[in-house]
Amino acid sequence: MSLITTLARLEAVDTGRAQPLATVRHRHLSDRPLVFVPLTTAGEAGAPLGALVGTDRDAPRLLVVPQPRDRDLRFAFLAELADVVLPYIDSYAEDVEAAERNETDPETGKRVKVEVELCADAPQLIVPSRAGIDFVRLLGRSMRFRRTAEQDPETPHPAPPRVPLLGRWLTHYGERARVPGSSLLLALTDVLSRHWATGQSSLEDQHLGALLAWIDPPDDESGAEAALRAELQRDAKGQLVCPPAGPATDPAFDNKLLAPAIERYDRARTALAAAEDGIEADDRLGELTAAERQIRDLVASRTRPTWDAVWRGLDLLRALPEGAHATDRWTRDRWSFTGHRDRVLAGEPPQPRRDDAVTAANKLATREREQARLEAQEALDDPLVMAGRRLAGEAFAGEVTDVVMAYSEGKRPSPRPLVTVRTDDRPHLGERAKVYRSLGGKPQAAEFVGYEGNGGNGEEQGGYGEEHGGYQSGGALDDNGALVVLRVVDKMGRGKEPETGSVPEKGDLVCFTLFEHEQRGGAKLPDPEETPWTHGGPPGETEATPQLHAPDAVTEEDVL
Amino acid sequence: MTTVFDPGAEAARATDAILCDTLHGTHRGVVVDSPPGAGKSTLVVRAALELADAGRPLMVIAQTNAQVDDLVLRLAEKNPELPVGRLHSSDADPYDKALDDLPNVRKSAKAGDLAGLDVVISTAAKWAHVKGVEPWRHAIVDEAYQMRSDALLAVAGLFERALFVGDPGQLDPFAIVGSEQWAGLSYDPSASAVTTLLAHNPELPQHRLPVSWRLPASAAPLVSDAFYPFTPFRSGTGHGDRRLTFAVASDGSGPDRVIDEAAESGWGLLELPARHTPRTDPEAIRALAQVVRRLLDRGGAATSERAPDPAPLTADRIAVGTAHRDQAAAVRSALAELGVPEVTVDTANRLQGREYDVTVVLHPLSGRPDATAFHLETGRLCVLASRHRHACIVVCRAGVTDLLDDHPSTEPVQLGVTVKFPDGWEANHAVLSHLSEHRVAWGS
Repeated sequence: MSLITTLARLEAVDTGRAQPLATVRHRHLSDRPLVFVPLTTAGEAGAPLGALVGTDRDAPRLLVVPQPRDRDLRFAFLAELADVVLPYIDSYAEDVEAAERNETDPETGKRVKVEVELCADAPQLIVPSRAGIDFVRLLGRSMRFRRTAEQDPETPHPAPPRVPLLGRWLTHYGERARVPGSSLLLALTDVLSRHWATGQSSLEDQHLGALLAWIDPPDDESGAEAALRAELQRDAKGQLVCPPAGPATDPAFDNKLLAPAIERYDRARTALAAAEDGIEADDRLGELTAAERQIRDLVASRTRPTWDAVWRGLDLLRALPEGAHATDRWTRDRWSFTGHRDRVLAGEPPQPRRDDAVTAANKLATREREQARLEAQEALDDPLVMAGRRLAGEAFAGEVTDVVMAYSEGKRPSPRPLVTVRTDDRPHLGERAKVYRSLGGKPQAAEFVGYEGNGGNGEEQGGYGEEHGGYQSGGALDDNGALVVLRVVDKMGRGKEPETGSVPEKGDLVCFTLFEHEQRGGAKLPDPEETPWTHGGPPGETEATPQLHAPDAVTEEDVL
Repeated sequence: MTTVFDPGAEAARATDAILCDTLHGTHRGVVVDSPPGAGKSTLVVRAALELADAGRPLMVIAQTNAQVDDLVLRLAEKNPELPVGRLHSSDADPYDKALDDLPNVRKSAKAGDLAGLDVVISTAAKWAHVKGVEPWRHAIVDEAYQMRSDALLAVAGLFERALFVGDPGQLDPFAIVGSEQWAGLSYDPSASAVTTLLAHNPELPQHRLPVSWRLPASAAPLVSDAFYPFTPFRSGTGHGDRRLTFAVASDGSGPDRVIDEAAESGWGLLELPARHTPRTDPEAIRALAQVVRRLLDRGGAATSERAPDPAPLTADRIAVGTAHRDQAAAVRSALAELGVPEVTVDTANRLQGREYDVTVVLHPLSGRPDATAFHLETGRLCVLASRHRHACIVVCRAGVTDLLDDHPSTEPVQLGVTVKFPDGWEANHAVLSHLSEHRVAWGS
């Protein structure tokens, strides 16, 4: 946790209200997101109990599995979910704009620009908490390999049509959510705690009710009290007033309400099956419907508060203006969406169970690059985030007090002006450290030359640099701040004189960062078919991954 | 009957076996584990020279530009005639200027310009951009335990066979984003290159260098027991071979007493009163700076097997190690305030592979309210406790033992991941219990 976040949390404790960590919204929010509030069955992996889903906050669709252990009912639930989610996704697949992408020409091997489609917008999925993202992944994994009767008439338990397709989309969204800064699938607690610091631990922040209580407490109550109430308060029947945001349910609900209701449903079903004539069956069907209705009401009662809380959280986030780079990152999300749309259309098989070595390395490289990009962009978009980086010694801001023209040595001297910045920050500038500032949206680099002595100790102008050592690391900061001398090294044009506006002027307020603003692409990895021997050779060859499929060898302990 | 341990002979035997496997073996890879200061660089240079002598051009992959430049300089020192290529990036100042003075070292940002040279050296990151060249028959991968599996994936197509050299006890490579998704896969991209290599090629010969020439006799047993329990090593020198003396007598202060203790025993623990502090604990930082100041003021002299006469303990022979960069920055300003600018101050990550006479270390757990996986990482403590030739002084708040007891390792166990022994928790306890015998309390 950074120092500024710690301070914000302390302030939140002190004031009883969450404190802002950002002045702009760092994630894109769709105008029409699909909110998904799932519940799962305790003790049964991947058995959904129900969900509220939809794009209209006043009219969510309630999906319920009255007997979660019944796989037919589970399939019916998934088919219904597909009926809600897939049309929503499809509605974004059609509207495209022309775009260009660099591709390697297979014949010449050269990089060429190719005209391609890019979806003008992308569907966005919102779940209440991080556990909801895991659940989306789990659902995706459990569905994408299923076969429908149409795909394979021989399959013993065919899945309803479109269920495998939903699995592929949920898998794609779950994978994309692992990319830092992406917004295709968002956990609301994560987004809220990116923008506000509460006075509770980050673990407690994953409770949506408590988190909202800190951010937006009732008028007459402090955030801490409201959060405690959200976590603990139970009604006369011993049920939580603010049910957990799921997908796990409260054990008291499971034991006291859900279990008896499911039991009643099971009894009604058995009874209906045993009915001997039509009249009896009619009666018993009535009982079954009533039992089912009871479970539906129970699921609705646990999901609706979370549903409303999610929309309230979205309202709070929408009140913040969107950060400039959040839009750029959303464009990457649109590319990701378009790419998967194309793979589905091209009839490619579902995502494999495990990544191969090259895919895994590529994903890790992408995510590391996106993480660095996200950290830089958030700071550039938001003075409050930049303040945190300044406090951590990773950036500094101040006023230009002096600019001295200087030139590089060599045949064609280029401008290398020396700029002195007075700053109250204490950046961790090492010898010849590179620093960057944003110049018209592009990073301009400068090199740290040294601290100028505060007393003006008669150093020759332009005489900083190696021969002087230049570097006074301590004692440079007094009440007036430190004087940092920088040598600007690029973005000044090709001529001998720097282009107008490309060099800071005396009196300008500037902010330099020690971190880079843009990320370089890494080296291209070999194709999966060319996986080297150190990594087991190309995938699919049997000896490549022996330990994945072979059972463990029998040891002495096995035959005791 | 006990055989006398002859470190020189033991080390030579190990080196010969490694070179034999490298030059004449049938396996595609050879792995060498090297404890701190066991002559890893010497081995790399020697293997490179012997391969070159045998008429087998080779590529050398190191992890940082500093390591690459260091290797080039060492190679040129051993054999100034050898044609060496230094492949570098196209950034400004991509290599050490000292390389310009070497007539047989050719430098270029393009691999094509260096084709045909006996040895071509670069970083893994730069090698990854080299495409469409004839693979080298041999490669040497230096610091292979600090190389990530995905970095090896990017360069492994460039060579047919390779010698992998590294120290398994130092810091593991890390990723700045979560990689749990691939935990347990043999090619987990965030694992170390050697882990992946051996998972897929378990039959490769593995060697071990048995002698640390850097660590003194006072340090080798502790470092070996705490960090290499199953692959012990010895120090190359005996207890009387190294001595640290000071011309100025102790003034009785905490820093002076801990300096004397460390000079005498090789270890010193300067203990500050228990307290929870921010990372840049001002009192601990000041204590570190004062210890360094006194080390220099008291006219230290280091006697070792290298020279008959004592060498003065100068600022370039002292280093300060911390866990975090902001701590290092704080120590640097504290030292500057005391007028000591030349002493190296860095984090464990950056001190890897470096050697000093005396190190002054801020304990990673000092003043912390919790013990996270980062602070418990075995490699971090191992790096900090194994950079010195004479003495290591640790500055720490009291109460770390209790902190450890309150925070047993809670990292989830992942299927298919080899559990690393010892874990950081145990290693921390081992080091602390040894240090407590050399404890000096601050200000009493």
